[in-house]
Amino acid sequence: MSHYAYFVAGALVLVGGFGIARSRNLVHATICLSIAQAGTYVLLMAVGYQTNAPAPVFGSTAKPTKQVVDPVVQSLCLTDIVVSATVTALLLALSIQIAKRHDTVDPDELVALQG
Amino acid sequence: MSRTARMWLLGLGLIGVGVCYALAALDLPSFGSTFHPYRDMAVPAAVAHGAANAVTSIVFDQRGLDTLVEEIILFGSVIGAVALLRPSREEQEHGPSPMGRVLEPTRLLGYVMLPTTLVIGVDVVTHGHLTPGGGFQGGVILATGLHLLYVAGSYQALDRLRPVALFEHGEAIGAAGFAILGIAGILTSAAYLTNMLSYGTLGQMFSAGTVPILNAIVGVEVASGVIVLLARFFDQAVLLGHQRESISVPQPGELR
Amino acid sequence: MMTAVVGLALTLVLFAGVAVVLTSDPRRQAVTLSLFGLSLTVLFIVLQAPDVALSQLAVGTAFVPLMVLLAVSKIRGGR
Repeated sequence: MSHYAYFVAGALVLVGGFGIARSRNLVHATICLSIAQAGTYVLLMAVGYQTNAPAPVFGSTAKPTKQVVDPVVQSLCLTDIVVSATVTALLLALSIQIAKRHDTVDPDELVALQG
Repeated sequence: MSRTARMWLLGLGLIGVGVCYALAALDLPSFGSTFHPYRDMAVPAAVAHGAANAVTSIVFDQRGLDTLVEEIILFGSVIGAVALLRPSREEQEHGPSPMGRVLEPTRLLGYVMLPTTLVIGVDVVTHGHLTPGGGFQGGVILATGLHLLYVAGSYQALDRLRPVALFEHGEAIGAAGFAILGIAGILTSAAYLTNMLSYGTLGQMFSAGTVPILNAIVGVEVASGVIVLLARFFDQAVLLGHQRESISVPQPGELR
Repeated sequence: MMTAVVGLALTLVLFAGVAVVLTSDPRRQAVTLSLFGLSLTVLFIVLQAPDVALSQLAVGTAFVPLMVLLAVSKIRGGR
């Protein structure tokens, strides 16, 4: 069971993909995309984890040492979380525009490139 | 393709991806192992550059170019969303509909937490190189803290205390400031975004060179970007309405 | 070797993620998404990543659900 974290990460990505494909509402699909992205964050953080190691922040009580959790993957996740939230905002703005133009947010009813 | 056929295809795809991923994940180092080569190089470099928070050092110092690109992505998606949320020709502004009563405890909580959250946001931004935090986190805290005005008060209160043009300028200044500070690196030692100020002692307020400055710049940019984004969403949801010919009841709005 | 706390946090995240996907109404999904963000924050804290946890907390519990509710309100009512 030492690979449980990787299993959870992969399951989140697959569940998110399943949600997007099965969705009947564009906003629902956008939120499922966030779930899939969260799966990738869990995978990255799981790769960087070391058992019984502290966080990579040093101070007066935590002397600089090499036995900390990997800070490189944390830096990747950190900026990615904020930036992908703004990309989610872009997708929601797209959904609003589609609702205004086509009166529906059901992907099955949106026939592409129609007038 | 019918929906059932699509679902079968989806199932096949998910199973295929799942099997490939499982085979790959079994080859990864086991969860919690001590094999982290990037950490063994990054943490001593962060300490040598005087940053007590190794993650912030990596984000703004060792991988500063990646952060510049991420910031530009943020800037671009805010521009895209604002462009998409422009009022269309048929939409007219009507004032926000009169809100229901806000509960007194909510109002008290909002008015107590608003200055607290703003101060915490500024603290998280400025101490990003010493404690967990930084420009990205502090910027979002500042922006969402400001919207406690909407939760505890009314939309008019938020509108009065949130000059959107100022925040649009703030976002542009933040995005440009990061790029321009990189050029200062070229002027001193021939590499873009070099950390050219003195590193100081670990744990002091003015340490880690350009990292606190970049933190503040990114904090301004992220906070302004999120406020502008939410302002456009609020405009669409609260202010604008569509005049439809099929509705016989006249809209109760006036043009602002 | 995985401690019980990490295993519990991972299981909580998985259940919350499945709950978000299975909620079909986007207005309800905003609430479940907020809870998913909170469980993800707890997981990141348990994995010794306070920066990432702060980021996820600010974004996933306040910013994204607010935007989702505003978008749904616009799509539903104000077309």
